[in-house]
Amino acid sequence: MDAKNLIACRVAQEMKNGDVVNLGIGLPTLIPDYLPEDVHITLQSENGFLGLGPLLGEPIPNLVNAGGKPCGMVPGTAFFDSAMSFAIIRGGHVDVTVLGGLQVDQEGNLANWMVPGKMVPGMGGAMDLVTGAKNVIVAMEHATKDGGAKILKRCSLPLTAARKVRSIVTELAVFRFIDGQLVLAEIAPGVTLEDIRARTEAEFVVSPQCCEMKLPK
Amino acid sequence: MSTPCKRISYAELRSRFKDGMSILFGGFMAVGTPDGIVRDLLDSGVKDLTIIGNDTATPDSGIGILIANRRVRKVISSHIGTNPETGRQMIAGEIEVELVPQGTLAERIRCGGAGLGGVLTPTGVGTIVEEGKTKLSFDGIEYLVERPIRADMAILKAYRADEKGNLTYQRAARNFNPLMALAADYVVAETDEIVNAGDIDPELVMTPGILVNALILCGEK
Repeated sequence: MDAKNLIACRVAQEMKNGDVVNLGIGLPTLIPDYLPEDVHITLQSENGFLGLGPLLGEPIPNLVNAGGKPCGMVPGTAFFDSAMSFAIIRGGHVDVTVLGGLQVDQEGNLANWMVPGKMVPGMGGAMDLVTGAKNVIVAMEHATKDGGAKILKRCSLPLTAARKVRSIVTELAVFRFIDGQLVLAEIAPGVTLEDIRARTEAEFVVSPQCCEMKLPK
Repeated sequence: MSTPCKRISYAELRSRFKDGMSILFGGFMAVGTPDGIVRDLLDSGVKDLTIIGNDTATPDSGIGILIANRRVRKVISSHIGTNPETGRQMIAGEIEVELVPQGTLAERIRCGGAGLGGVLTPTGVGTIVEEGKTKLSFDGIEYLVERPIRADMAILKAYRADEKGNLTYQRAARNFNPLMALAADYVVAETDEIVNAGDIDPELVMTPGILVNALILCGEK
């Protein structure tokens, strides 16, 4: 299993039956493939519906996901306008949002929407999602392509939201934010604590219950 | 006594296009954008537009074609990443871009049409979005004061309209359209179908017809 699928597989185990979930584009869209059999979630799509599903067969007119790609819908889907969509998001009616990250820091700050002078795509719905969802999980590869740390003492890129991240899941580890502290909770099979320290700039404590990453058999 | 049908032609609409005007456009990645009206804006030669909507689609879809053809002076949007031309022109200083969180954009447009002076939102607190904005704190939570948005014209994409302008939208094409119907001086909807008054179940009307000044049948010359 490659890093992205490993991360998606681990994040899927965080979902509870009945959760309303918003998945960012990219890696998070792999998560539904790894949900435990007895866990059923409802996917919210910020362009205006609850009930996002996989595309089965031909594209359906006027039905795309938040990445603008054709998608499917499950029985019981509800469509609504953008004000309702973001009332659902901002108002705390989304249980979990999973997003990628460029940087996360030990304060729980997330930066994932721009690199000044290089990449300015815009925040889309990310700021509202990170501000309003009950549980914010950042799902990302542990380090940059050239090996640089992404879990930092302090984000250097413009923030998406301040102090809202609850968990970070990478191919090496699971971190939780507990009482304002970054806590190492799980370590991936074959990875050592030293490996994680070497690739993590942020200061963190190791949970007394720190264990091997919880992956399905 | 029946009211006259609000149906007009693209040519009649064109007389309302003016250089420098502001336009609210429905759509999310071009789904729910009235492509025929956008094409007519392009063909009319109108320029220096301020366009306001969720995203700038791609250089060859939705509102994106107006940017690729340099008809736009300012963009207010939540996401421009799928249209490289928007970013290029922004970095070159050729257009102005105001990036707004998507939920904040929806509420600012809603305020613009609902007679409200603004909205308090926690979104953007502690980020560069808060720069230059008033912050208020209630019950220990900080909020940004976000001001209303209105425009000279709103261009909508409906699925079915009746002759009075009552609108329904299809699936994910609804998005910003109902909000924009409230927030412009002149509101025009391009629609796949125009039916007689009474032929849309009143329970299913998504935008009341009094908000809509004109209807254009999709693809009609």
